[in-house]
Amino acid sequence: MNDSPLLPLFGYFALLSLFAVGGANAAIPEMHRIAVEVMHWMNDRQFADSFAIAQVSPGPNIIIVTLIGYHVAGFAGAAVATAAMCGPTCVVAFLVARTWDRFKEARWRIAIQAGLVPVSLGLIGASAFVLARTADHTIYAAIITAVTAFIGFATRINPLWIFAVSGVLGMSGWL
Amino acid sequence: MSAAVAPSSSPKITQPSLGELFRAFAIVSVSGFGGALPWARRKIVEQKGWMTADEFNEAFALSQFLPGPNVVNFSVVFGSRFGGAAGAAVALAGLMGPPLIIVLILAVLYARFGDLEMLSRILVGITAAATGLLIAVVAKMAMPLFRKRWDWAPPVAIAAFIGVAILQWPLPWVFLVLAPISIALAWVTR
Repeated sequence: MNDSPLLPLFGYFALLSLFAVGGANAAIPEMHRIAVEVMHWMNDRQFADSFAIAQVSPGPNIIIVTLIGYHVAGFAGAAVATAAMCGPTCVVAFLVARTWDRFKEARWRIAIQAGLVPVSLGLIGASAFVLARTADHTIYAAIITAVTAFIGFATRINPLWIFAVSGVLGMSGWL
Repeated sequence: MSAAVAPSSSPKITQPSLGELFRAFAIVSVSGFGGALPWARRKIVEQKGWMTADEFNEAFALSQFLPGPNVVNFSVVFGSRFGGAAGAAVALAGLMGPPLIIVLILAVLYARFGDLEMLSRILVGITAAATGLLIAVVAKMAMPLFRKRWDWAPPVAIAAFIGVAILQWPLPWVFLVLAPISIALAWVTR
């Protein structure tokens, strides 16, 4: 047996990609469970940092797996993790896209679509919970989270401004 | 060849070439801070006229229901509609290529400077804010689901939350148990 982390990296993320209904946001708790608790690839802070970097980077938030992969095994790890997270689901998407329109009115299609919505809502809610627990170590950080949640819910302010302000607050040692 | 899979649409809907597909998704991905959806919509429906608003909503609903990252799925669904497998590959490459390069540069910088006190403090602030944004998304998604008082959807959402967040069960198990129940309930109550 070799101890290369590339194989588990590929296996975990390929599996995860097939169950992550709701996208990157739904998969955060499982990534955290595997990367921090099961495989000990990184600690809580490094995981939270990876999430933050993925958030401020342009592009799909799923790019957090690239960061985890890089942390574990350099560029090879980044490539393997990204391919694993996108590959299986892209094949599924391609195959389904070719047939889906044909069943637009089918009752089973409508049931699947409606049935998966609450599951993915619960998963994304769990992500928010896990992130809050890893990120909000001080009352001030928790306040930032609460205020941002309100701003995000009630206004249409560009998130980049919120990130900039909270980054400066963090830098100045408030959090 | 892409003409054969063209969607039924009004005449002002145009067909993108492979090069245009790549460019469009590359631009969408780099401008898409905090979610690429609004940018994809702007580009595809409003600027390029490649899809009507309804076609876009349907393609995106499909991408959301499929497992895995939504925008990645969307690029495949959209690309395959206009250019088959080649279209899907090109749209996906456009979507993932530029962000990958940027995030790898950031990863190298983090590996080198991640221990810097100042950088980690900045990231603590950003993570706190990003978590808040996620909570806002959850609240927005929950509103229509929780509006009806006696419905099967809220208990399913709460069960998924408890299973993953509180009990910390592996996501595939929670999914494999809850998804069939939820789909069956959706089937029966319709």
